[in-house]
Amino acid sequence: MKPRTQWQAVCTVDDLVPDSGIAVWTEDGPVAIFYLPYHLPALFAISHTDPFSGSNVLARGITGYLKGQPVVASPLYKEHFNLRTGVCLEDENVKVKTYPVLLDGDLIRLEVPVASATKTPNAAVQAA
Amino acid sequence: MSKKTLIVVGNGMVGHHFLEQFTASPAAADYQILVFGEEPLVAYDRVHLSEYFAQATHADLALGTLEWYAEQGIDLHLDEQVTSIDRDSRKVITPKGSYRYDQLVLATGSYPFVPPIPGNDQEHCLVYRTLADLDQIRASANGGKTGVVVGGGLLGLEAANALKSLGVQAHVVEFAPRLMPVQLDADGGALLRSKIESLGVQVHTEKATTEIVAGEEARLRMNFSDGSHLETDLIVFSAGIRPQDTLARNCGLTIGERGGIVVNDQCATSDGAVYAIGECALWDNKIFGLVAPGYTMARTLSAVLNGDSSAAFAGADMSTKLKLLGVDVGSIGDAHGQTPGCRNIRFNDEASGIYRRLVISEDGKAVLGAILVGDNGPYDTLLQYALNGITLPDSPEVLILPESQGGAPALGPDALPDTASICSCHNVTKGDICCAIDAGATDLGAVKSATKASTGCGGCTALLKNVVDCELEKRGMEVSKDLCEHFPYTRQELFHLIKVNGIRTFRSLLRQHGVGHGGCDICKPAVASILASCWNEHILATDHVPLQDTNDTFMANMQKNGTYSIVPRVPGGEITPDKLIVLGEVAKKYDLYTKITGGQRIDLFGATLSELPLIWEELIAAGFETGHAYGKSLRTVKSCVGSTWCRYGVQDSVGMAIFLENRYKGLRSPHKLKMGVSGCTRECAEAQSKDIGVIATDKGWNLYVCGNGGMRPRHADLFATDLSDEELISAIDRVLMFYVRTADRLQRTSVWLENLEGGLDYLKQVVLEDSLGMGAELEQHMADIVGTYQCEWKTAVEDPEKRKRFREFVNAPEQKDPVQQWTQERDQRRPLLETETA
Repeated sequence: MKPRTQWQAVCTVDDLVPDSGIAVWTEDGPVAIFYLPYHLPALFAISHTDPFSGSNVLARGITGYLKGQPVVASPLYKEHFNLRTGVCLEDENVKVKTYPVLLDGDLIRLEVPVASATKTPNAAVQAA
Repeated sequence: MSKKTLIVVGNGMVGHHFLEQFTASPAAADYQILVFGEEPLVAYDRVHLSEYFAQATHADLALGTLEWYAEQGIDLHLDEQVTSIDRDSRKVITPKGSYRYDQLVLATGSYPFVPPIPGNDQEHCLVYRTLADLDQIRASANGGKTGVVVGGGLLGLEAANALKSLGVQAHVVEFAPRLMPVQLDADGGALLRSKIESLGVQVHTEKATTEIVAGEEARLRMNFSDGSHLETDLIVFSAGIRPQDTLARNCGLTIGERGGIVVNDQCATSDGAVYAIGECALWDNKIFGLVAPGYTMARTLSAVLNGDSSAAFAGADMSTKLKLLGVDVGSIGDAHGQTPGCRNIRFNDEASGIYRRLVISEDGKAVLGAILVGDNGPYDTLLQYALNGITLPDSPEVLILPESQGGAPALGPDALPDTASICSCHNVTKGDICCAIDAGATDLGAVKSATKASTGCGGCTALLKNVVDCELEKRGMEVSKDLCEHFPYTRQELFHLIKVNGIRTFRSLLRQHGVGHGGCDICKPAVASILASCWNEHILATDHVPLQDTNDTFMANMQKNGTYSIVPRVPGGEITPDKLIVLGEVAKKYDLYTKITGGQRIDLFGATLSELPLIWEELIAAGFETGHAYGKSLRTVKSCVGSTWCRYGVQDSVGMAIFLENRYKGLRSPHKLKMGVSGCTRECAEAQSKDIGVIATDKGWNLYVCGNGGMRPRHADLFATDLSDEELISAIDRVLMFYVRTADRLQRTSVWLENLEGGLDYLKQVVLEDSLGMGAELEQHMADIVGTYQCEWKTAVEDPEKRKRFREFVNAPEQKDPVQQWTQERDQRRPLLETETA
C-alpha cells in the first residue's frame, strides 16, 4: 500500500535559480529542487543527500544533459545523477530518492510521505 | 568429415592467447577443442597479480569469460588436472576420465622455484604464482607483522609490493650482490635498492639462507650463512621459475638438461603430434619467462596448425619495462654490454634518482641495450632504436640525457618504419596499425579492438596513442579534441569564438556553436572560465551562476561534509598583527578550524553555507579580499623576506610578490596559478616549483616559467635573466595571457608548455621577440583584466539577490544540517568521522 503522502509547499518561484538547484527542508529530510527553464517539465526534485559522501550537497552541483538526459553532477566526487530517475550514471546500483514536484501558482510543492515518528533525515537516501 | 580433436593442457595467459588466435583462424572449423586447467578459474592476467591485493578481483584480471569459451564451442575443463599422457593411444588422463586427441598442446607454464633450504616446507612458507597463492599470503599476513621475500628479481619485488600493500613490514633477501641481477648492473641495482628502501622495504643482498626454524619473536627465523639471522612471520619464495614439464617428462618427451620441453621452431616436441608453448617450452636451450615471447609462440603454433609452412618461432626480445613498488625500471637487449667492442654511455643523477645506461655498437650507429632506473621516459624511444636498427644521431648521449640538459625529445611516431613493433605482447607493428586505420578504425579504441595492441602488458599505451594520432592526422582525419558532447571544439577554439564574436553568455555560445540545449559539468565551468578571462564579469551574475563549479558558485572550498573553507588573500604572505587578530576573532566567533596553508595564507574550515556571507562581511570590513582559493585563477605569490631584512637578499622580494599578487589576482585561467618570488639565489620561496617563479639577481630578476609541485612535480624553466621591473611585468603579462588563450581545459602551465609545439624556444620567441606580433595585444588584454578587477565577495555581500544563494535550506533558515556533526581535537573543532558517528 502506498504510504500516505502530502503535497508540502516548500518555496516560491522566486527562490529558484535557473539551470541550477536549491535545497529545501521537508518532512522527509533535505531535498534538492532543480529548475531547468529550457526543459519540459522544468522542475525536478531529488534527495539532497549525496549517497557517496553522505553529505547534503546535491543541490549545489552543476546541472547538464548527458545523452539527452537531465543530470546533476555531485559537487564532491562528480558522479552524475539522472534528475528524472535518481539513478547514478557511473554506478547503476546507486540511486537517490526522487520526489514528484509541481508548481501551484507561485508555490513549489513536493509530494512527501506524511511524517512518521521513526523518520530520520538520512531516510532520504534510498538503496536501489 | 568428422572433426579432429585438439587438446590444450593449461589455461594460463599463453594457453588462452593461443585459443584466441586459433579460434579466429580458418583451421578452427576442423577441430573440436578441449582445454584442461588445474586451477578452478578461467585464465587470468598474472602480470598484474599484485593488483589483486590493491583492489582487483579475479574478474578484473580475467582474460576470458566462460561465455567466450562457450561461444567458441570450446569444451573447458577447469579444476581438472591432467595426471598423465598416453602417447601411444593419444590420450590424456585426468581423475575424471581419459580423452583422445589428434593434436596436443602443452601450455603448462612454470612453477616457482623453492630453494632446497631445510625448513622450507612449514606453515607460512609460501610462493607467489596463482590467485590461490595470493589468498594464502593474505591469510598468512593477517596477524603477522613482517614478511620476507626470498629473491630480489622482478617477481620477488612484485611480491614485496604485495606484502607491503597487505600492511606487513616487507624484507627482500637476495643471494646476488644486487637487486634484479639479470636486468640491472651494479649502479642501477644500487639506485633501485635505495629507492625501494626509502619506500620502507628492507633489502638484504648477498644472503644465503641455510635453514628456516621456529622464531623467538616472530613465527619463523631464517639463519644465513654469514651467521646473521632474520625473524619473520611469513616467507614468500620468488627465486625464479622452473618449467612445468612433469607430464612431458613422464610420457617420455625430450626434456632439456635443466628442464623444459624441447621444441623446434614450429613449437613441436619430439613427438610430432605434441606441441609446447610458453614457459614450459625450451627453445634453443632457452626458457622465456615473459609473457610476450609466450604469445609469439602461441601465434606461431596457430599458424603452423593452419598449414603455414613459413611459420617459425625465432626467439624473442626480452626487454622489459615495469614499475616496481612505484619505481620505474627498464632493461633493453644487451643491457650488460656483453657484445664485443660495444661502448657504454652512463647518466647517473643521484640527486633526482635517475640512472641510465646506453649500450651502443662499436661504430656508434646502433643501440644494443639499455638500463633505466628511476624514469622510464626514454624507454619507448630506445626500444624502437634497438628493435628497428634505426641509426643513432651523432651524439647518442642525448637519448638518455634529461631534456633540461639538452636531451632529445622522444622519437616521433613519424620516424618509425612500418615494421616497427609497437606492441610486443601482441606483435602489432606500425604497419598493422596503419592497415587497421585504413580499414576504418578511426579512433584509439577502434584500433585497440582491431589489432589488440596495448591490451597485453599495457606498456605501449602512450606510444600507441601517439602513432594513432599521428596517422589519423596524416590521413586528414580529425583527432577528436572536442571539449565534450556539446561543443565540437577545443578550449582554444572556443576562446577564439568567444573573443572574436564578442559572445558574453553560455546560452548564446551554445545556441550559435554548440549541440543540444543543456551543456554539462565539463563545458559549463570551462566556458565560464573563458568568459571570465575575456570579459571579467562577476562570476555570480545571473547568466554565469549556473555555470560555475560549486566552489566558484559559493566562492569557498567545499569540504567533505558539505561545509566550506575560507582563504582570505594575504598578498605575498605579509600580514599586519591587526589583521591577524581579526582572523583569529572571526575564527573564534564561528568556531572555525584554523590552519596555515602551503601558500603563506590562513585557511578557516567548517563554515556553513549561510555563515559564508556573514563571515565575509566581517573580513571585508577589516580590509580583507577574497583569496580565490576556490578558483581556477591566481592563488598566491609566495615570497621570502628579501633584502629588507635578510642579510643575503639582493632585491625586495616581498614588495615584488605583493605587486604581482595584486596585479594578477582575479585572473581566470585554464587551471590554478601559483607564483613565487625569492630575494636571492638561495631560493627560500621555492619559486622554481611555481607556474611563474621570480628570483632576484644583483642586476634585476630572473624569470622561471611553467613549474609546479603536486602529483607530478616539474621544475620551472629559466625563461629570461636580469630583467628590470618593467621587463619582468611585460614578460609575465604575455606568458600568462598566451597560456590563458591557448591552453586546454584544466591544463597546468607545465603540461601546456610540454605540449606546445616548439616548446620553450617557441614561447621565448612569442614573448620576448614578439614573433607573432601579438605582444601588445596580450598586454592590453591583461591591462583590461587588471582594470576590471573587483573583489567578488565584496560585490556579493552587498547584493541581496546574490546573497539569496547562501541559504542552506531556503524554507528553513534555522534548520541545521544534521549530517554536520563535530568533535574537538587538539583544541579545535573538526568533523566527526563516519566511523565515529556509528
